[in-house]
Amino acid sequence: MTALIELKGIHKHYGDYHALRGIDLEIRKGEFFSLLGPSGCGKTTLLRTIAGFEAPSQGTLRIDGRDMQGVPANLRPTNMVFQSYAIFPHLSVAQNVAFGLRRDPRPREQKARAVADALEMVGLGGYGGRAAHALSGGQRQRVALARALILQPKVLLLDEPLSALDKKMRETMQVELIKLQRNVGITFILVTHDQEEALIMSDRIAVMFEGEIAQMADPETLYRRPNSRRVASFIGKMNFLEGRVDEAGERILVDVAGLGRGEVSPEQAPAGATPGPTTFGVRPETLSIVYPGEEPQGRVAPGIVDEVVYYGDMTYYDVRIEGVAEPLTISMKNLMGRPVLDVGTPVGVIWDEKSLVVLSR
Amino acid sequence: MRRGRLLGIYTIVYLVFLFAPIALLPIFAFNDAAIIAFPLAGFSTRWFERLWTTPALHQALQNSLFIATVTAVLATLLGTCAARAASMARFPGKRAALGFIMLPIALPEIVIAVALLIVIRQVFDLPLTNWSVIAAHTLICVPFSIAILNGAFAALDPSLEEAAMDLGESRWSAFRLVTLPLVMPGIVSSLLICFIISMDDFVLAQFLTGANPTLPVYIYSLTRFVDSLPLIMALGTILVTLSLTLLVIAEWFRRRGAARAGLKTSGGLL
Repeated sequence: MTALIELKGIHKHYGDYHALRGIDLEIRKGEFFSLLGPSGCGKTTLLRTIAGFEAPSQGTLRIDGRDMQGVPANLRPTNMVFQSYAIFPHLSVAQNVAFGLRRDPRPREQKARAVADALEMVGLGGYGGRAAHALSGGQRQRVALARALILQPKVLLLDEPLSALDKKMRETMQVELIKLQRNVGITFILVTHDQEEALIMSDRIAVMFEGEIAQMADPETLYRRPNSRRVASFIGKMNFLEGRVDEAGERILVDVAGLGRGEVSPEQAPAGATPGPTTFGVRPETLSIVYPGEEPQGRVAPGIVDEVVYYGDMTYYDVRIEGVAEPLTISMKNLMGRPVLDVGTPVGVIWDEKSLVVLSR
Repeated sequence: MRRGRLLGIYTIVYLVFLFAPIALLPIFAFNDAAIIAFPLAGFSTRWFERLWTTPALHQALQNSLFIATVTAVLATLLGTCAARAASMARFPGKRAALGFIMLPIALPEIVIAVALLIVIRQVFDLPLTNWSVIAAHTLICVPFSIAILNGAFAALDPSLEEAAMDLGESRWSAFRLVTLPLVMPGIVSSLLICFIISMDDFVLAQFLTGANPTLPVYIYSLTRFVDSLPLIMALGTILVTLSLTLLVIAEWFRRRGAARAGLKTSGGLL
């Protein structure tokens, strides 16, 4: 697959503020790509640079092989869904969707059909005559999608499109957006601060901090093999343990404080491993608790339940283990016959060296 | 209860004080006597007829209409640019620039008049014409225009214009197709208010008018003749009616604009 969008060494300065610090990025055709990061990390600036609303201070941007320097937003093969949706309040729904077709030479009836089709596609068939300012949040977003997609852009840019919706609506729209993207086959670039949303929707994710891409990978790799403590703590819940790498040659041998020694594979050290003090990460669901009366399988470290948070389907236990600085969070499915343990219960914690991640400092 | 009644009485006295003199205008305008005094002498429209047959008045009215129209257009044009910059653009010194633009509201008109008179006559040595009055009126109208249009622009989502550009329109056509229709009620409202301000102004026109006076200046010149007083009453009746009508229309447009943008109305002149 070839790159549809290529960014090389993109920098953006606003006076003294360095918003983008050398972004290198390739986005493939037909990909659902997400820019994920906390507010102020530069993800929206990057999106607006691709759209043509911001000019990079340095670096090159190519879309479909064409250099975009000096090409204004209205001449780029991109369309955007704005965070506020930017629905034109003085126009009807159909007029909003038809806005981009003003320069389209097709006859009026064909354009009207295209508008009707676009509204049908986003589930707003028959809404064409409605006044735009009378729509609900979810409907506005669908209009914004139809208005952008009717132009069949090479790239659709979405700037936090779901953040203004309530939780239920957001979950519905996440699924609909994925389906829509698969149907139209257009490259989507989504900006979001919601890690769960990025994991659910994306083919690939770039995690950004302070104007730089910290890690770029598919959701599973990003979740299982974060390359730094910062990425690990931004995506999902992660336990951090101190320890050291004893040997980093053909075999990587590690010693985790409080748990013991083990061997990890090179994939478990995405940022590489060098002998010396290191931080390790382990996800709550890769640890488990030995319930009273069960036979432990694997390596067990003794601990004491410090905190219990009951979620219905799951229970999160914080277990204090001697030699481990912070209590380890462990998530357990509430299977039948398993009691919810009380604070202070002595338990065994099962861990596996294969679920460790060696994190860069 | 007692306090409520006292406040009610106060309100009525206040309104009488405010509007009774203006109410006298139509009463004496239709009175069949040259002297402004009670008892009334009977109904007559002869003062309005005399207005109709006074060529100097027509010339003054023509001047005023010309000045007010040009002023309204100029001030609204400048006001639109300033209000757009105030709401959408970011540049250093923005607050200071806007403060200075709004300053003429607070300056005594007579100071502006004298200053402009000196600049036009002494510095540039230009003759006083309708255009000198237009310059002065534009100066004092721009702040009002900005005040009216600020509301219209502030209510706009800045990404609307970007969305139009994103959909293929140039910067100018994005403004024309999206921003302009949305602020149009504000623009109409500004045109009408500036027109009224210019029509009503006396001080600036008195200082800066050329050989042909504006309507208020002409009216003032009439007050020297006692028998012209009913004539002024008739003219005043017409002007008050006109001003109120324009004001109501202006406010109607402003509210319609707010409703279009889906906002609750607040502020404004009525």
